[in-house]
Amino acid sequence: MTDTKAAATETIGPPQNKFTSSLSHVLADLGKNGIFLALIAVVVLFSITTNGILLRPQNISNLIVQNGYILILAIGMVMVIVAGHIDLSVGSVAAFVGAISGVFAVQMGLPWWLSIVLSLGVGALVGAWQGFWIAYVGIPAFIVTLAGMLIFRGLALVVLGNANIGSFPIEYRALGNGFLTDLLGEFEVDPLTIGVAVIAIVFLVVQQVRTRRGRQQYAQDVEPLVWFVAKLVLVTVGIGLFAYALATFKGIPITLIVLAVLVMIYGILTTRSVFGRHIYAIGGNRHAAELSGVKTRQVDFWIFVNMGFLAALAGLVFTARLNLAGPKAGDGFELEAISAAFIGGAAVQGGVGTIGGAIIGGLIIGVLNNGMSIMGIGIEWQQAVKGLVLLLAVAFDVFNKRRSGGR
Amino acid sequence: MYYPIEGAGTPVTTNILEMRSITKTFPGVKALSDVTLFVERGEVHAICGENGAGKSTLMNVLSGVYPLGTYDGDIVFEDKTMQFRDIRDSEAKGIVIIHQELALSPHLSIAENIFLNHEQRGALGLIDWNKTNSEAAKLLARVGLRENPTTKIMDIGVGKQQLVEIAKALSKRVKLLILDEPTAALNDEDSDHLLDLILHLNGQGITSIIISHKLNEIKKVADSVTVIRDGKTIETIAKSEVTEERIIKDMVGRDLEHRYPDHTPHIGEEVLRVENWTAHHPQDPNRVMVDNVNLNVRAGEIVGLAGLMGAGRTEFAMSLFGRSYGSKITGKVFKNGKEIKVRDVSEAIRNGLAYATEDRKHYGLNLIEDIKRNISVASLGKLSRRGLVDDNEEFKVANDYRKSMNIKSPTVLAKTGKLSGGNQQKVVLSKWIFSDPDVLILDEPTRGIDVGAKYEIYTIINRLAASGKAIIVISSELPELLGICDRIYAISEGRITGELPIEEANPEALIKLMTMETPR
Repeated sequence: MTDTKAAATETIGPPQNKFTSSLSHVLADLGKNGIFLALIAVVVLFSITTNGILLRPQNISNLIVQNGYILILAIGMVMVIVAGHIDLSVGSVAAFVGAISGVFAVQMGLPWWLSIVLSLGVGALVGAWQGFWIAYVGIPAFIVTLAGMLIFRGLALVVLGNANIGSFPIEYRALGNGFLTDLLGEFEVDPLTIGVAVIAIVFLVVQQVRTRRGRQQYAQDVEPLVWFVAKLVLVTVGIGLFAYALATFKGIPITLIVLAVLVMIYGILTTRSVFGRHIYAIGGNRHAAELSGVKTRQVDFWIFVNMGFLAALAGLVFTARLNLAGPKAGDGFELEAISAAFIGGAAVQGGVGTIGGAIIGGLIIGVLNNGMSIMGIGIEWQQAVKGLVLLLAVAFDVFNKRRSGGR
Repeated sequence: MYYPIEGAGTPVTTNILEMRSITKTFPGVKALSDVTLFVERGEVHAICGENGAGKSTLMNVLSGVYPLGTYDGDIVFEDKTMQFRDIRDSEAKGIVIIHQELALSPHLSIAENIFLNHEQRGALGLIDWNKTNSEAAKLLARVGLRENPTTKIMDIGVGKQQLVEIAKALSKRVKLLILDEPTAALNDEDSDHLLDLILHLNGQGITSIIISHKLNEIKKVADSVTVIRDGKTIETIAKSEVTEERIIKDMVGRDLEHRYPDHTPHIGEEVLRVENWTAHHPQDPNRVMVDNVNLNVRAGEIVGLAGLMGAGRTEFAMSLFGRSYGSKITGKVFKNGKEIKVRDVSEAIRNGLAYATEDRKHYGLNLIEDIKRNISVASLGKLSRRGLVDDNEEFKVANDYRKSMNIKSPTVLAKTGKLSGGNQQKVVLSKWIFSDPDVLILDEPTRGIDVGAKYEIYTIINRLAASGKAIIVISSELPELLGICDRIYAISEGRITGELPIEEANPEALIKLMTMETPR
């Protein structure tokens, strides 16, 4: 590691001793991952107040399945917010697409896979409709999606015709409450879940080591080896415990697989792709992005197409879970998704926000919901507490920026 | 009290205002150094100087925009030393400033704007609308504006808006009226009316300070002229001694040596030619902003575009750079002899054009993002394979620019919002150099940058020219253009008013061309 040390001091400037340099890395990481610490704090708090019920295998599994659709929405929402927009219509779009999927899968009796593909297509079309008004006509997203909130809630009711559509095919329902259970035979601890976890951990470690090597080859500053290893160990233990909990219950929820795939794809899209870079450039300074050749309208348009697609997916997961497309579906989803993105560190002015942050923000909301429900706290207090958490999270963020002399 | 006026012919006189030894420093820049300004009661006093000479800073000190304690020196108004903490303090004494950017609220009526923040109150402290509108009508009569006081500001032209500003000043019982470039946005007729009004008010005992570039209007209204250059008072000239030549000589000075690196041009083939380029205002398609511009640049050549603010130079550059400004744009662009289309910015970049803006903070940089990503944003295609950006390569490229352009920051991961003006400009230039253009248009490349960093920027420009790039430098600082260019075009009111090879260019000739008014 001597070569990296030399490179690090060369780029940093004034020489630092090993201890202060390690400490500054740890502190910087803690600052960046403050939201992650907040999640851990919330989990610890509620495991105490619920006498450990929160961390029982069944409850952990429930946490994922119950919050899956909010997390899916949060992924799209954080991209919308980073670009400097907002989407108020996602709950209504989810309800609308859920109803449409009922028509496809139940009333028309189309095959389950075709119903899903068609429904996702409808979601993307809805997104294209809103994206058109926002990107090419220039109407603020707040207005377009407020209108969309009314339009698609109304259309959902029209499609449902004052009734619920129910009893979906079993394959469709798996999207919301299916598990990969006992595929390798019946065991106390599901070997498939453990196997997948091991593969995930190996993949993660290899990936991290490769990234670190790459950065070293380019003489970039990297964190001290001790801290790097410690973080990997922590994450490994975390994934291991989580997988063990799932393995002793019903195995891997299908919703979790969907989520994992989305997080991976959108993680790469936002951090490594040209398109992702353009989203951040637009959010940081729209004029400068435009004068740097970024096609801001196109980017805006596709962000909303994508949001429509993800809202549709969330609608399918929710409908599948209830096995019912009803008029109240998706009520208030937009607010939870927006809260998740902001709690996860997205900036109100745009330009800042990550997929990981939004997921953790969504999990914090999920744990709050779940923990307070177990404690028997009424829905009225749950609302108030969630509102307060959102306010404090953003206030903390603003305070942090002011202290560090940001804009 | 009587004080002798330096440089004026009269021995003793009454001064309404004396600004003594005003010095104002911004971080890294001395904007005003020991400036003295004496204004006689009842006169029209003109202040002249190039962009950035310190005129507006001086007026901001006077009006309390920069409060007591942020500058050195004394302000004496009506024989008393003033201590202004903000604009309200100075307005309470009767000093009112009308800025170039009018401070009117477009959706409110004329009367509401006039009495904004000193509303005419009636019973219970509520607004007395009858009194508001009738008082406003009286003020409008004084400035010669025949409009209903209830008309909205957005429904009258900019010339009339200027008059509303003056009516607003009158409502504050103004004794000293300061007008910053009052005619810059006006047509000839409105300008004449405004100047007549200033003289008329002068007859009613209101003293005026008028900041202007336009020498003919200064000669028309001013009783005396103070010239400021590089934050220093050069001299105050009495009306009888005012000549254009003397003002120009004072404005540009004579110290052009050693502020510019040596530059031996190696000029090649023509790279860019623009023919009959015309662009209109984006919101008002009837207003011509760029009028039939023809120009060309050759490889290795540094071409200057000299023009005052609002002359259409930025409008020309941005309309050319992928139509990022204006409406109803017509004209032809030729690159290496072949006509090219530049319908949007990415097409302009693909065709080898680059435009570094005059307004770094709003149009040039993403201030919440780091140096690395600001440099890469216009050329991400080069750094990516199959749509994925290679972070490490990006870091390397940015770090190379950090070193070669001498960007003073320990790492390329620093946010650009925290850099100094000079370093921000180097990031902007790095971005465009990395996009590997054939033509670089640099709009006010040294605005807001201290002298040392300016020299570095000039060196970079020379290096680019030496590597065969064609370069257009837009500037209102004549010494800068004369110091670095091989050929200079002058632009005024959207038209090219002249083209001078560097051997024939001098400040006097350029200022004449830059202020040339052509009847429409």
